[in-house]
Amino acid sequence: MSRDDQRDPNAEPRTNPAPRILNVDAVPAGAAPVPARFWRTLEEHAGDSRFDAFVRQEFPSQVEAIVDPVQRRTFLKLMGASMALAGFSACTRQPAEPIVPYVRQPEELIPGRPLFYATAMSLGGVASGLLVECHEGRPTKVEGNALHPGSLGAADVFGQAAILGLYDPDRARTLTRLGEIQAWPSFLGAMRAALTAQTPLQGAGIRILTESIASPTLGAQIHEILARFPSARWHQWDPASGDQARAGTKLAFGEYLGVQYHFDRADVVLTLDADVLSCGPGSLRYARDFAARRRPGDRPMNRLYAVEVMPTPTGARADHRLALRPGQIEPAVRRLAAAVGAPGAASVDSGRSAAFVDAVAADLRAHRGACLVVAGAEQSPAVHALAHAINGALGNIGRTITYTDPVEVEPTDQLASIRALVDDMNAGRVDLLVVVSGNPVYTAPPDLKFGDAMGRVPVRVHLSLHEDETSALCHWQIPESHFLESWSDARAFDGTVSIVQPVIAPLYETRSAHELLAALSERPERSAYDIVRGFWSRETITPEFEARWRRWVHDGAVPDTAFAPKAVGGAAVPPPGADGPAAAGGFEIAFRADPSVLDGRFANNGWLQELPKPITRLTWDNAVLVSPATAARLEAGGMPATTGGEHGQIISDVVEVRCQGRSVQGALFVVPGHADDCATVHLGFGRTRGGRVAPGVGFDANALRAASALSFAAGAEIVKTGRTHPLACTQYHFLMEGRHTVRAVTLEEFERDPAAMTEGDETPPKTLTLYPEFPYDGYKWGMAIDVNACIGCNACVVACQAENNIPVVGKEQVLRGREMHWIRIDTYHRGPAERPETFFQPVPCMQCENAPCEVVCPVGATVHSHEGLNDMVYNRCVGTRYCSNNCPYKVRRFNFLLYQDWDTPSLKLGRNPDVTVRSRGVMEKCTYCVQRINEAKIDAEKEGRTVRDGEIQPACAQTCPAEAIVFGNLNDPGSRVSALKASERNYALLGELNTRPRTTYLGAVRNVNAEIGE
Amino acid sequence: MNEGLEPVADSNGGAMEVATRDVIAPGHTFSTVTDKISSIVLARRTPPGWWFGFAAAFLLTNLLMLAVAYLVLKGTGIWGVNVPVGWGFAIVNFVWWIGIGHAGTLISAILLLLKQSWRTSINRFAEAMTLFAVACAGLFPILHTGRPWLAIYWLFPYPNTMGIWPQFRSPLIWDVFAVSTYATVSLLFWFVGLIPDLATLRDRSQSRVGRVVYGMLAMGWRGSSMHWHRYETAYLLLAGIATPLVVSVHTVVSFDFAIAILPGWHTTIFPPYFVAGAIYSGFAMVLTLAIPIRAIYGLEDFITSRHLQNMAKVMLVTGLVVAYGYLTEAFIAWYSADPFESYVPFNRGTGFYASQYWSLIACNIVVPQLLWFKKVRTSTRALFTIAIIVNIGMWLERYIIVVTSLHRDFLPSSWGNYAGTFWDWSTFVGTLGLFLALLFLFVRFLPMISIAEMRAMLPEAKVEGRE
Repeated sequence: MSRDDQRDPNAEPRTNPAPRILNVDAVPAGAAPVPARFWRTLEEHAGDSRFDAFVRQEFPSQVEAIVDPVQRRTFLKLMGASMALAGFSACTRQPAEPIVPYVRQPEELIPGRPLFYATAMSLGGVASGLLVECHEGRPTKVEGNALHPGSLGAADVFGQAAILGLYDPDRARTLTRLGEIQAWPSFLGAMRAALTAQTPLQGAGIRILTESIASPTLGAQIHEILARFPSARWHQWDPASGDQARAGTKLAFGEYLGVQYHFDRADVVLTLDADVLSCGPGSLRYARDFAARRRPGDRPMNRLYAVEVMPTPTGARADHRLALRPGQIEPAVRRLAAAVGAPGAASVDSGRSAAFVDAVAADLRAHRGACLVVAGAEQSPAVHALAHAINGALGNIGRTITYTDPVEVEPTDQLASIRALVDDMNAGRVDLLVVVSGNPVYTAPPDLKFGDAMGRVPVRVHLSLHEDETSALCHWQIPESHFLESWSDARAFDGTVSIVQPVIAPLYETRSAHELLAALSERPERSAYDIVRGFWSRETITPEFEARWRRWVHDGAVPDTAFAPKAVGGAAVPPPGADGPAAAGGFEIAFRADPSVLDGRFANNGWLQELPKPITRLTWDNAVLVSPATAARLEAGGMPATTGGEHGQIISDVVEVRCQGRSVQGALFVVPGHADDCATVHLGFGRTRGGRVAPGVGFDANALRAASALSFAAGAEIVKTGRTHPLACTQYHFLMEGRHTVRAVTLEEFERDPAAMTEGDETPPKTLTLYPEFPYDGYKWGMAIDVNACIGCNACVVACQAENNIPVVGKEQVLRGREMHWIRIDTYHRGPAERPETFFQPVPCMQCENAPCEVVCPVGATVHSHEGLNDMVYNRCVGTRYCSNNCPYKVRRFNFLLYQDWDTPSLKLGRNPDVTVRSRGVMEKCTYCVQRINEAKIDAEKEGRTVRDGEIQPACAQTCPAEAIVFGNLNDPGSRVSALKASERNYALLGELNTRPRTTYLGAVRNVNAEIGE
Repeated sequence: MNEGLEPVADSNGGAMEVATRDVIAPGHTFSTVTDKISSIVLARRTPPGWWFGFAAAFLLTNLLMLAVAYLVLKGTGIWGVNVPVGWGFAIVNFVWWIGIGHAGTLISAILLLLKQSWRTSINRFAEAMTLFAVACAGLFPILHTGRPWLAIYWLFPYPNTMGIWPQFRSPLIWDVFAVSTYATVSLLFWFVGLIPDLATLRDRSQSRVGRVVYGMLAMGWRGSSMHWHRYETAYLLLAGIATPLVVSVHTVVSFDFAIAILPGWHTTIFPPYFVAGAIYSGFAMVLTLAIPIRAIYGLEDFITSRHLQNMAKVMLVTGLVVAYGYLTEAFIAWYSADPFESYVPFNRGTGFYASQYWSLIACNIVVPQLLWFKKVRTSTRALFTIAIIVNIGMWLERYIIVVTSLHRDFLPSSWGNYAGTFWDWSTFVGTLGLFLALLFLFVRFLPMISIAEMRAMLPEAKVEGRE
């Protein structure tokens, strides 16, 4: 059966048949390319023996070599050699694959114009809606889906990087059993045998291990299997889903509940070690709602308090931030609960946080029903329960926080779940283990010895995108279809269902989770499309199903599927010690999912590995993150290297972190604002398998964890090893050095005198030059970036990388200060190192009207357009780098080496055809996405109108969840960007240099609580 | 003194007899001068030292070839340059080599016009030095580009079907004109000066190859009065053309920096300060070369103590001008009250490159003050050491200007460091090799002192002139 048949012929809009690797066995003999046959006949007449060899090569005896990426090159070399020998036949050689041109052009497809398809990406059991841009059937760019409540048009770094995940050349490509390539039917046979053996036992030996599941269909499939085999067990383990938050609702309300925050209604917000704006379910929506309340003048500005261990983007946006050790957080929350009058809460002495907590409590009490307390995913269930109780006591429930049915198909205590699985495996009760996605051998707590236990299972099956640590220990490795290649469905943070539609046929012989689970059912050959559509046709019994389905698939969100708020009783305040013994004190370690690679699932994604992490700006590594005071006490730290230095390379002391007999070694990195006497380590590194990128990056912090303490460990110690390790850090100088790169005032100051923001600014008069001023009739493009709204989440950086074909350069080059990102998130700290104010400043090209780069280019490779863009002419560039030297913003990026991968075929598919792929020796930089500008201009011209405001969105602006970046026509007084530029917060970065930047910034305003002070 | 003059073994032996004021030792006649200079090329056996030195220099030239080949193969990334420090060794070396070249032109053109007859014995190899230094310098602007195969001709204004011209506002284009003009004029000046001597070599050469080659190069020189007349006119004219180049070339090179808006580069003092620096480093290089050559080939009669002293004095003066430049630069940076400008001297003195900065001050300002003492000026060893130190100091000066200004400019978020890589050093050392190899070839195959001009310096010539 051809797999294209799985597509719904009526799905709207249609995707085109995408290029696939030729399955030669399936091609009938007559389908060989006609020119090849012509030459074959002629040459056979000639009786040329060399050509005989060529014919043998031409015909598919070598097909394995084509499919195998390692052998392909050898094959091509052989082909090249035989071509040369074959002489004249080389001139007219046609590709061996049958190329089918469009005889009739597919509906809606205009070559050169992209089509957009709605789909959704699930992470940790929650989906966010995406819109995927496809060029001639190739997905090239991911955007947020404006119709989806969890996206509103924004996408996060993981969504943005999904394109590279799809085209990752290291993906698992073929079904293997113990490393040998197998056909799908032989797997089905093996399953049939295993299941038949289990039938009399009612499936007592069957275990299915999944991640958190957001797909109702997949849940139904598992329940179908469990119905068939009542004694089979379903386990879940997903490090990316909030196990403790889940447990928190159970502890507070006695049942698992979904939690939704309404930042738009909250005047005062307190986060308890919660990076709620930049990660976790609904964060894109929350960031949008939060940022909407950070624009003084529009609506009353909110106030954010953050209590946290490691500075996060959310904490950086806070008006007041308190760094606490993990063990100090619960007492602080208990004190707060008592202070706001949560029933049953007793005040405790929370030590140094007491004054802060009391001030926050007073502020929260003053905003009853319009405030919000959010606990972070890593916090204990008790802290979550306390937060619920505090919200209840403050009358926030139903206003700023609502509870719904859980979004996940089956919420469960995942730690208990995987423990039970390990026990069963160790006891030999498991005969067949099916691991559906996830990499438990790497991510499970090491003291469970999941891998060893798994070795006792007679039949082990693993479905995954990459051949990873778990694959190595499994019999059957089933390559997984990427979510952009398969049908599915998923629920958003508020319960809204999205139909996940594929935007390209699977690139390799891969299967989706639906297809794998179907293999365990009575009807093993059902396609994912039939399964998903079948599920919803049963759920929605209506004669209009067909029309509705098309609408759902088209919109990417099923209307009216959001969960209704659920009335809940008062949250119980857990007694102290409800989580077991309190932290033993001493040096503490906090474990966190990495902001770029999460639990390691994105470790083979070069875009994410090279993405400078928020706050630390580290790439290609994790580190032992400590406060400056702790580093001083440990007499360890980092030194900028002679090469790269602060922009690239920090030679850091390698320390050994010891905790209860376990130890890991990693480089120490100092983070201003981190809590003292504790360290944060990020998970997801130190992989041993999983592609070419993932292994060998960083250290495996998981090795330090115990199942009893997954988020925090106490009683640790850090010892210097005497060795050093170079950390690739794209910014190590976090001080502004009195240069006012970020302007910030308090709300009170701003309201008293809005000019305080731009005080001392000096803009040179335009009369300095003898030349007449250029008029800029027509369009005059400009950008305004709101420093107050930016949460430093990095989505714009990855969006820009995807849109503009920006290469990954690798750690060695980042160490030399040569990363290629066109937009960067400059991070600055102000104030004392133990509690700094942190600001994020996205810096793309300023598109200066008096561009310093333009005058110094000897060949005119960077020139000014009549619309005010500073254009790069790659063809003309000879690479003197003078423009970069003369750019005061240092936004230009140079191809010092051949950074672009010209060879890997799968990566070629993912490139944006509207943007030149730059080669070695050429300067490049942000263009304001000139390809999008021109496309919109052409459209507008065809329709005889001017470009509307908002019609053009550069990739960075489009994906920004906080709407911090606004682009538009400065000649249009009604445009959003014009309004922002007229704001009193507007200032030009380094405007005193008379560069007249078109990109300007809106200064930060902090809503300071006078009781705490600045 | 006839054929077979032996090289003076003791380097001081000959010099002792020469009074400090003399520019040529007494007792020389037309024929002794001709014999002595031409014998180095024609008669004497190539000394083993020459072979050794040439082999070493040639080896380094090969290192240059290797470094360049690897550069073209891989890209500029093999060097240490990065963002923010987009220029590194290549531009440092370029400015350094161009600067060195200046002494040659100054000696041959300006001192000629000023009738400083003492210049005669050193001008030939100073000019050769200029030429070779410019050749080395010229490599760098091409090689440092990302796509040298295009830069090598796109920087020139040549008519093309696309009607694209270079961007004439860029100082790099001015550089192209300045340096190519300089190279052309220097070559012509040197070659025209050589013609009478080439004819001498043609006439004296024992081998057929020598006669043919020197003969072709001599361009039919017969020594007639008309020849001499035209020769001297041409030579003077060329000197006149070359003279403004001494000032203009390094002025234009300094514009590469001064035109940019970068703090530490954007300075009006740069043109005079660069010219002074160029002459300073050029004289240091002439001394570095003259002192050993004079000893090895026993030319103390011609390159006398007076020459060395005069050059030392020029160094002292230009060194003080350079010191004044440093001082003014720092003062104005402070006086401007511009936070970016005033940070530059502070960062140079206390920042990441402080050790290089203070070495530069020591090399260029402190050590050369020894030249105030006559004892130092008359000691070849001391002079040689100081010359080497000044050469290093002037290289460091360019390193400091290029690197420290770039590594910390306006936005602290982009501050970074730079260090040369193995390939940076290879290219630099490689050009030293090329320079020396060319010099070795020059002293072996061409008269390193102008025979014709030296003869005109003799009393014999003056007597005839009076008649």
